[in-house]
Amino acid sequence: MNKRLTPYYLMTIPAVVLFFVFLTLPALQGVYYSFTNWNGFGDNFDFIGFKNYVNLFKDGNVGHAYWFTFKFAVVVTILINIFSLLIAMGLNAKIKARNFFRGIYFLPNILSVLIVGYIFNYMFSNVFTIWGKNLGIDWLSTNILGSEQHAWIGVVIVAVWQGIAYNTILYLAGLQTISRTLYEASSLDGANRWQEFWKITFPLIAPFFTINMVLAMKNSLMVFDQIIALTNGGPGRATQSISHLIYTGGFEGGEFAYQSANSVIYFILIATISVVQIRFLQRREGDV
Amino acid sequence: MRTKTNWVVMLLITLGTILILFPLYMTITIALKTPEDMLSSVFGLPRELHFENFTNAIQMTNFFNALGNSAMVTTATVVLTLLTNSLVAYAIARNMNRKFFKGLYFYFISAMFIPFPIIMLPLVKLTAGLHMTNLVGLTILHTVYALAFNVFVYVGYIKSIPVALEEAARVDGTSTWGTFWRIIFPMMAPMNATVGILICLSTYNDFLLPLIIISDTSSYTLPLVQYIFQGQFNTDFNLAFASYLMAMLPMIIIYLFAQKWIINGITQGAVK
Repeated sequence: MNKRLTPYYLMTIPAVVLFFVFLTLPALQGVYYSFTNWNGFGDNFDFIGFKNYVNLFKDGNVGHAYWFTFKFAVVVTILINIFSLLIAMGLNAKIKARNFFRGIYFLPNILSVLIVGYIFNYMFSNVFTIWGKNLGIDWLSTNILGSEQHAWIGVVIVAVWQGIAYNTILYLAGLQTISRTLYEASSLDGANRWQEFWKITFPLIAPFFTINMVLAMKNSLMVFDQIIALTNGGPGRATQSISHLIYTGGFEGGEFAYQSANSVIYFILIATISVVQIRFLQRREGDV
Repeated sequence: MRTKTNWVVMLLITLGTILILFPLYMTITIALKTPEDMLSSVFGLPRELHFENFTNAIQMTNFFNALGNSAMVTTATVVLTLLTNSLVAYAIARNMNRKFFKGLYFYFISAMFIPFPIIMLPLVKLTAGLHMTNLVGLTILHTVYALAFNVFVYVGYIKSIPVALEEAARVDGTSTWGTFWRIIFPMMAPMNATVGILICLSTYNDFLLPLIIISDTSSYTLPLVQYIFQGQFNTDFNLAFASYLMAMLPMIIIYLFAQKWIINGITQGAVK
């Protein structure tokens, strides 16, 4: 070994060991257990091949958790990106006290997701319902989180309220890279606001759009804290997300091996979606 | 060039801030009211400030213990992350032409695609076996899991620092370690700020990792305490909100003072 390189190896070895032990190893163990019938605490278990995987596909609860999580993630990602782009454009316009407003809009990002969930939980049950009753609006006067059909919308509202903060800041950073002269030139050419947005603004912030879409999607596919704070998966299993199912089934339901198989599938899906999203969006960036 | 303020946008932006601030207004006012006050008006300002909600919440949740735990884990994680993650990234960035280091780079950053629930179940067994179900274990795990993203941003940043300085130092007889600590680490200050802010926020607010790792009541962190006491809060919202507010307050105070810094730091981290 080249002597000059020795310090470099020493710098990385501890990290490699820790990384392997606490990340790669558990991931591999998860895959290993997914082929067994271990309940998580007993001493003995058997290999059962792909049985867990086959059962996963027949399991209505699992199917529902995937359906809920994907529906939730797609809606949240779209809403977050629409709202945060609008807010960022507002903050980038000619307004007073821009830094003050920027500070307010970013505030939710620094708060605990769990605690924000608890606060909204209270507002859904005790604040919005009062408004509903006072204003005589039927759908507002009952707690949305108690409705099997609509509870997911409550979770979406909380995720969007908090998720907007981060994406707004990134869009704002993107918008600030665009030179004002481009807009001046386009208005001389007689372009309207709408054309201006689609022909100048949007193409030029494409890289920010990519990051924001990927991050928002990945975060909402992993939704957990909000579920714990708002609905605990209920009513029934109406808002049970995949990670909540893995947690409750794996730790409390004696389904350690079964939920390990579930997490392998979950991993494959998230990795695939992230890679496809990045590829697709980057190709779009290249086109303009 | 001075142009007129766009008042329509200004109005919309102001209305938007109400949506952001309303839940926080509710948190503060409810934390200062009694259940009787709530009956007369849920939205109004408290008629009297009931600070006993705070003292009761402090007693009930053993607040200062949890605050101490959160502060300890967060501080230790920030320090350990800055020192170790930057060092690893430095070794990788300066040897990217070698297979071993290039392989390491991709090994580390590929973990950005691994969602936590995948490793959650076996991890609990592992940490229990290693007696890491405590604050030390929590700190180590936070530091290790931050590595994927941090290696990615640090390597990008180190590449932009010219090698010439290090070569000059080496000619003067400075060791590789000395070069890193005395030349590279200080030069990475902007990136260190970004990484420090991000890891500080994510560690302080993290719920899932302490939830599955920590078993001993005396090691509970602030978010975990809110979860554990939720059942008992249910009957007393004023107490609950006092507790929430106290748990969020340290970060809000830091944010008030370092707002510009935090926002710039986070933007830097994502744009890199």
